[in-house]
Amino acid sequence: MSVTAGLIARGARVEACRPWPRSIVDAVVWREAAGHLARGALILTGLWGEPGRIHLALINADYSQPAILTLDCPDGRFPSVGQRHAPAIRLERAVADIVGLVADDAPDTRPWLDHRRWGLAHPQNGSGGDAAGPAAPYRFLAAEGDSLHQIAVGPVHAGVIEPGHFRFTANGETIVRLEARLGYVHRGLESLAAGAAVERAAALAARASGDSTVAYSLAFARAVEAALGVEPPPRAHWLRGLMAEFERLANHLGDIGAVCNDAAFVLMLAHTGVLRERVLRACAVAFGHRLMMDRVVPGGAAVDLDPAGAAALRAVVGEVRRRFPVLVALYDETTSLQDRTVGTGRVAPALARAFGAGGFVGRASGRAFDTRRALPYRPYTMLEFETPVREAGDVDARLWIRIEEVRESLNLIEQLLADPPTGPCRADPAAGGGTGDAKGAEGVALVEGFRGDVLVWLRLGADGRVDRCHLRDPSWFQWPLLEVCVEGAIVADFPLCNKSFNCSYAGHDL
Amino acid sequence: MPMFTVLLESLTGGPLTEPAAPLDDARLAALATRLDAAARRRLGRSLALRHVDAGSCNGCELEIHALSNAFYDLERFGLRFVASPRHADVLFVTGAVTRNMREALERTYNATPSPKWVVAVGDCAFDGGFFAGGYACAGGVDAAVPVDLHIRGCPPDPAALLEGLLALMESSASP
Ligand code: SF4
Repeated sequence: MSVTAGLIARGARVEACRPWPRSIVDAVVWREAAGHLARGALILTGLWGEPGRIHLALINADYSQPAILTLDCPDGRFPSVGQRHAPAIRLERAVADIVGLVADDAPDTRPWLDHRRWGLAHPQNGSGGDAAGPAAPYRFLAAEGDSLHQIAVGPVHAGVIEPGHFRFTANGETIVRLEARLGYVHRGLESLAAGAAVERAAALAARASGDSTVAYSLAFARAVEAALGVEPPPRAHWLRGLMAEFERLANHLGDIGAVCNDAAFVLMLAHTGVLRERVLRACAVAFGHRLMMDRVVPGGAAVDLDPAGAAALRAVVGEVRRRFPVLVALYDETTSLQDRTVGTGRVAPALARAFGAGGFVGRASGRAFDTRRALPYRPYTMLEFETPVREAGDVDARLWIRIEEVRESLNLIEQLLADPPTGPCRADPAAGGGTGDAKGAEGVALVEGFRGDVLVWLRLGADGRVDRCHLRDPSWFQWPLLEVCVEGAIVADFPLCNKSFNCSYAGHDL
Repeated sequence: MPMFTVLLESLTGGPLTEPAAPLDDARLAALATRLDAAARRRLGRSLALRHVDAGSCNGCELEIHALSNAFYDLERFGLRFVASPRHADVLFVTGAVTRNMREALERTYNATPSPKWVVAVGDCAFDGGFFAGGYACAGGVDAAVPVDLHIRGCPPDPAALLEGLLALMESSASP
């Protein structure tokens, strides 16, 4: 029996949750799970709260059998997982801010998303929030030693990027400690989705992180479909696969140029920027929106693809196929550029594993996890593709993973375009499995976005509403690694490392 | 060698504002001329933009980025993004102004020398969009700082952003 199966068997199964098993366990099992996490037998994939209970989403170390453990905590306290397993620390801080549940013996009790500016505390505590907590200056972690100075950057940065604060402690040019402070773009998304109609909640999920709008919409849609027992028609899966891979392609193209640009190699950005723009224009022709926002919906896809759209997609794939190899050679043979990327911002494989870091951050450090393969969903079950993995863990490796994933996405898109299924692109709700009273039905889904795995869990309420939902961005398990990988680097390498991670602020802050 | 190939192809390949999107090209060419006239009158052919994300999903940022690609080539209009509000004429603000960002936005506004204009980019910046009404957002950008122009869209595409900048130039140039 796998570790997750063993833990699930020791609790009371909640049959309403699909397709992952969920069990209500006691504090003994909860603590045991934390121990398994600490010794690497389990991977943490989510930790979130509701009034009076806390949930822990886990996957076995071999990427199999995901499961959710729930601990009732009527007194508002639960045993800290972060105390044993560092990747849970910020999630527990967020739970304390948002729901008001306190992790006992937590190693870090500072607020995280709550900057004491909301006018209330614990917005999801069930009664619409508590009185605001006392405002207090944020204490950054200490760094001690001779001749140290601090550099404070943000929340408003110098470029066109999202807001966040970075506190560097440096000795001369050398970074001794970096600590990020996030939460600036916390929009209260989950609270707005609670009680909202499914359509509105889906639109909110589509706006969790704009660069991953397809991935979030897909995760949300699959969670709703799992809760309702609805199966979208084949053409819906086909369209979703196309959109998901075009989103990955567009983002990777943008990133490859942006990373090189931060190493002062502007030429690459100029050329990948052209390819990215062509991809976005083709997506606008094919799906009616450059970023494909609101195109993936519960039950299927909101738009079908007509012959003109398919032709635009085919043309742009051909264009990228023609132009991209030259750019790869350009990177591969420009040693002055590699001088900046090779060996810079190294993330040790053990750390990537411990944090369950997804996407190119994990894969550049030897972690092969890819949701499309580990927990496969359609249309990927019917397609052939590789998941590139490297071991070096540096900026160069994160770039190469993106380069290789561009090729894989092109392959996937070509396979899809070669074999279009016919029929409707959306399930008829009347023909769906569970259109009766869906109140209490729960669904959970993990989707491979360009940045890594996006988790959505939700419970439906009455009258086609969402009772509660939780969205977990891959960045939660990547931001802390960025802080580690710049230790001992020079301050000037931070922008390069940061870009090579390209973590989401909006998806993290929600 | 690849560097040479890429450069040579760029030199001999012709401009990228290609026939693939003739309509866009025509629109952009018209914009270039009009914007040029208005900008020259007011600001001597140059306008410095400073972007502030006050609670965006990052979708608007992606399209603002696209303004700098070879198709839109923002700088040929004399428009450029600058790193500090102290160098800016225009604040390009996105997002539903989260309460956690409001002070930073106000401070950025105050750090921008007059005359200055504020452009609210996107539906979130217009009135909070999907995020209006929650505990965490103040609403549209004008809940925090005075707005001169709204560019709607979720997100507005690069052509709409350029059009908006033109509208701002014309209105700010007329007394
Ligand atoms: S307007 Fe749309 S794209 Fe822009 S920040 Fe808001 S949700 Fe994102």
